[in-house]
Amino acid sequence: MSRRVVITGMGIYSCIGTSLDQVRESLFNGVSGIVIDQARVEFGYKSPLTGMVPLPDLKGVLGRRQRISMGEESEYAYMATVEALRNARLSDEELLAREVGILYGNDSVSKAVVDAIDIAREKRDTQLIGSGAIFKSMNSTVTMNLATIFGLSGVNMTISAACASGSHAIGLGFMFIQQGMQDLIICGGAQEINPYAMASFDGLGVFATDFEHPTLASRPFDKQRTGLVPSGGGATVILESYESAVKRNAPIIAEVIGYGFSSNGAHISTPNIDGPAKAMRRALQQANLTPDQVAYINAHATSTPIGDANEAQAILDVFGGNPYVSSTKSMTGHECWMAGASEIVYSTLMMQHGFIAPNINLEEPDDAFRDLNFVSGTLKQEFDIYLSNSFGFGGTNSALVVKKFNNE
Amino acid sequence: MNKVSVQHTINEILIEEFEVEEEVISPNASLKESLDLDSLDYVDLVVIIESNFGVKLDEGDFAKMVTFQDFYETVEQKIAMKQ
Repeated sequence: MSRRVVITGMGIYSCIGTSLDQVRESLFNGVSGIVIDQARVEFGYKSPLTGMVPLPDLKGVLGRRQRISMGEESEYAYMATVEALRNARLSDEELLAREVGILYGNDSVSKAVVDAIDIAREKRDTQLIGSGAIFKSMNSTVTMNLATIFGLSGVNMTISAACASGSHAIGLGFMFIQQGMQDLIICGGAQEINPYAMASFDGLGVFATDFEHPTLASRPFDKQRTGLVPSGGGATVILESYESAVKRNAPIIAEVIGYGFSSNGAHISTPNIDGPAKAMRRALQQANLTPDQVAYINAHATSTPIGDANEAQAILDVFGGNPYVSSTKSMTGHECWMAGASEIVYSTLMMQHGFIAPNINLEEPDDAFRDLNFVSGTLKQEFDIYLSNSFGFGGTNSALVVKKFNNE
Repeated sequence: MNKVSVQHTINEILIEEFEVEEEVISPNASLKESLDLDSLDYVDLVVIIESNFGVKLDEGDFAKMVTFQDFYETVEQKIAMKQ
């Protein structure tokens, strides 16, 4: 069995907007969401740059028991999911009445763990940690919370694959539906934003250093790039079998046609060229496409010297210099566990609205990858097929291919 | 902390933190029937009483507390013992 898998709803809660409309505007206008976080300055960060989102106020929206089990990553995921379900025209009643699954990317719950252990250390009494802490301080916090809130009865698990978590979550959702095991899955990725979450990452000295100009700090592929800028939020994509979408007359936004994956089997943090290239080739093969049929590549490129260079070479190896290439992380920073899902939302918005968002701050690419077809200013361009890359620590790679929907 | 103040603080906690309707709180009403708390909620009640009054309720206390008045008196006694 091999069924068509379509996207029928999307939702986003990010540092460049907390709704699809806001984010579309930001993408089109090349708006950066990067700021200086004073808390990180005081915490001893080498780089206090970050993307920042407002904390949702869910009092009056969710009950006490629901709220106290949610850390910030679950709150962001909830906000994005509510928007996605609304756009997919899925009511609370429909979620309860049919089998709906959830596969969501998340790979840390730092604040919840630190807060709970701080209380235990101070009070010397674990009961005083409170009842919500355990549900906040497990990696699967997002899926356990959202599955409970929305009353889901299908597949229910968190995908932890470093900075490719959100992408793999969508890829696996695609496979579950393609194979006929599920009809409807809430997929996505979430990322906490607080000083605890990124402290040890910051300690590696791989974060951007232009503190005087936060909005210029994330500059993937540019010669002057100094490192990544962490960020976060939540992004949700509703995946559905084509048959299910047609049956309930749902709005079909796009079609997922390929998912490629691989593992580098090499250095724990330094990416290579062959692993990402393999994931891209596998995604193309599954989508039954030749490289020249992909119009746009939303690069993983995080603005680190080696990561961007290796991805650029991998893209050149697989595609040559034909497809348009940009990294939306130039605006959003690196949304880590969320990035693979948010970049599907960003790229799909572009495809829906006929433009390619700029790789801002790209003034001069490295000589080694000048041949790539970079988009450094907003390009009004209709396109039908894009590929989105996501790579993570441990050498995990994911590539998704998405196509504009047409009823053929 | 005097009795009025303890009672007032407990009521505030129940209304603000546990989202209990103000109307259901009265000294002689049944705690169990009025609050509809589950086992997890009791853990949070222990936490919030400890952080507000510096005393800790245990399972035995909850077993003996039938009405709101029992609740107030149990906390008052614990505070008095501590002092």
